[in-house]
Amino acid sequence: MGKGELLMWTYNKTLQYPINIKCTDPKLAKVIISQYGGPDGELAASLRYLSQRFGMPDQKAKAILNDIGTEELAHLEMVGTIVHQLTEGASIEEIENAGLGAYYTDHGVDVYPQSAAGMPFTAAYIACKGDPIANLQEDLAADK
Amino acid sequence: MSLEGTRNCGCGYGNNTEVSMMTSNMNNGCGCDTERTVDCDLKEEMLQQIRSYDFAINELALYLDTHPEDEKALCLHRKYCKQARDLKDKYQKVYGPLTINYPCNKWRWLEEPWPWERGNY
Repeated sequence: MGKGELLMWTYNKTLQYPINIKCTDPKLAKVIISQYGGPDGELAASLRYLSQRFGMPDQKAKAILNDIGTEELAHLEMVGTIVHQLTEGASIEEIENAGLGAYYTDHGVDVYPQSAAGMPFTAAYIACKGDPIANLQEDLAADK
Repeated sequence: MSLEGTRNCGCGYGNNTEVSMMTSNMNNGCGCDTERTVDCDLKEEMLQQIRSYDFAINELALYLDTHPEDEKALCLHRKYCKQARDLKDKYQKVYGPLTINYPCNKWRWLEEPWPWERGNY
């Protein structure tokens, strides 16, 4: 094994695309958090593809589900970074004005997987039906 | 253009390249014993280049998943993988590890800020 050749999933200490947000905006964070842990967020996308791959009979589709599901995890980190930076250094007043007072009570400065409406992430957002065609239809709908 | 011509993308795979790759892998000097001065512009430039390679590699991989017979894409994939690996080796020697499988005499994983903290961003 040479350097850079990995045996499993390994973390790369860089974002897929650089993020450097200079203006705090908790109101925007409250909306964007849905892309983290909402019904069509990156966590749902990742778990959807990575869970569907086990039952996929087609060689090409297996690879695509594996590799896109992996890439979605990189997207998850980018969205989490956006939420983190948008709320970084915000005052309690700014947090409350953005409607994030209740969020802050439960989660503090963490980025919690939830929808914009505050629903915690649930596996009910994804479908794995044991039928490749049905699963691909679900993927089309989710990526719309 | 002949098929041979299409294949020749400069990815360096062929006769004796296995040997040269082995040699470069033996050179494990991680640079942690040497005095470091950080050139932020160069660091950012190298990192941007690494990200560009990784993005291209990833997109080519997704394409190859459904078009595994495409020689041109395969050749480009090999070329970018090699260039990315060489650049990552150079980067990590100076600026610290990008993955935990980069060997070093000192645990530098803790030193650099994390991507969400604008480190390696």
